[in-house]
Amino acid sequence: MRFAFVLGELGSGLRRNLAMVISIVLVTFISLTFVGAAGLLQLQINQMKGYWYDRVQVAVFLCVDNSTSPSCAAGPVSDEQRDDIQAILESDSFSEYVSTVEYESQEEALGHFQDQFANSPIVDSVTADQLPESFRVNLVDPEKYEVINEAFSSTPGVDVVSDQRELLERLFTYMNVASAIALTIAGVMLLCAVLLVATTIRLSAFSRRRETGIMRLVGASKAVIQLPFVLEGVIAAVVGGLLATGTLWAVAHFALNGVLAEMYPETAFISSTEVLLLAPLLILLGGVLAGVSSLLTLRRYLRV
Amino acid sequence: MIRFDTVTKVYDNNSRPALDAVSLEVDRGEFVFLVGASGSGKSTFIRLVLKEDRVSRGAVYVAGQNVANIPSWRVPKLRRGIGVVFQDFRLLPNKTVFANVAFAMQVIGKSRAVIRETVPDVLQTVGLEGKNNRMPHELSGGEQQRVAIARAIVNRPGILLADEPTGNLDPTTSMGIMKVLDRINSNGTTVVMATHDDDIVNTMRKRVVELRNGSVVRDDAQGIYIGETEVSAQ
Repeated sequence: MRFAFVLGELGSGLRRNLAMVISIVLVTFISLTFVGAAGLLQLQINQMKGYWYDRVQVAVFLCVDNSTSPSCAAGPVSDEQRDDIQAILESDSFSEYVSTVEYESQEEALGHFQDQFANSPIVDSVTADQLPESFRVNLVDPEKYEVINEAFSSTPGVDVVSDQRELLERLFTYMNVASAIALTIAGVMLLCAVLLVATTIRLSAFSRRRETGIMRLVGASKAVIQLPFVLEGVIAAVVGGLLATGTLWAVAHFALNGVLAEMYPETAFISSTEVLLLAPLLILLGGVLAGVSSLLTLRRYLRV
Repeated sequence: MIRFDTVTKVYDNNSRPALDAVSLEVDRGEFVFLVGASGSGKSTFIRLVLKEDRVSRGAVYVAGQNVANIPSWRVPKLRRGIGVVFQDFRLLPNKTVFANVAFAMQVIGKSRAVIRETVPDVLQTVGLEGKNNRMPHELSGGEQQRVAIARAIVNRPGILLADEPTGNLDPTTSMGIMKVLDRINSNGTTVVMATHDDDIVNTMRKRVVELRNGSVVRDDAQGIYIGETEVSAQ
């Protein structure tokens, strides 16, 4: 009965304050969408890190005829130099950094090049001796690229040491900036949502002060008096959270998995199911913020 | 049932106390008129019994319990044992007579079956049988006050506090309300009624406690009140 009573009060409160309730729904919807977007970006970054870090290698390119770096002054790498470099890479002192070393000859380099640029006319004009031979080094910890760079960049016969990870890092920086911007916008919007909830609950409490006054006099408990108001804010925020979840899911499903995944088949995109993992957090965040905000407001504006 | 032990209530330090060292005991089942001009402390007395305000000095006991020691989460329980009626009725304008009375039971969690059974009985007690579905604005002032009384007693409180319940009513209607209060009192409910209506006090011949400037100046077992002349003499 008390439960039914609270629900009835809640219903009448929502009806009386419909415009304000809708505005809470919309503001929480937008702000939680931004929070969720930031979260998804982070998930995407992690996903790509996990995917690429296993595959990225440090390439130690060896000198060819037309190399210009000082360590290549003596011309193309000699067999002796090549054997030395391989020996150092595979030695015990590097075994804690290096997991595998693969040698890529000029012919293999041409093969990879031709695969990669299969549709480009450039393929026909490139010959094997223009491409450097290289050691492809997989690191135990991809962050320890500097060790290899320092050890080999000035070794005779080594043209340049390049870390494929650097390219990714730049991409991740952009994604991190984007998610920071999304979070900032989300923060401002969430603040708006909290203030809006406070104002709405205050109005709601004021418009029902006659009822609450009587409830107080006949000995209704604090919970029965306050719950309808708190629920009013929380339900609006939760609806906003559900809308945000739906939007994020649609973006992940249609934009990421639909369009982008087709355009970049080798990139691992997060799936729309990951949005559903994020959803409870978003809804909880919205609900808790609204609940706390309305409780604090009620403490000031509703005598119990 | 209600005991005031040298109670002083000061609202702000620059003016005289609203109640000044008032000691008073109201026994179970008594009917007490609390009389005095406006500003004499009648409403403060009622507010202190309900723990709407805190005493400045002294102690208020309700049903043997010092209200100052009741934690805030227990205050609703204290108030369930006390019915209150006001001069301005305080009905919910968008609810029927039945719903107004039922409201007091709903908010403390009474079941629908109990409400359906109790409300008509109480409405009969206050003389409103057959008016269940009227809206407050369709009722006369006296009838509205009866609804308010029904709401105050529907949870069977041990105490009924009435703050100028006849203040907005003409003398004939007022006498009807007094009959209702008397009937409630004879069912065992302690009634404390604040008023400055001397006709009513003199007709009822109940205990009269007179307050003046926050102090008890008179406490007669079957007293009378000549309030209006005193006010004009001042």
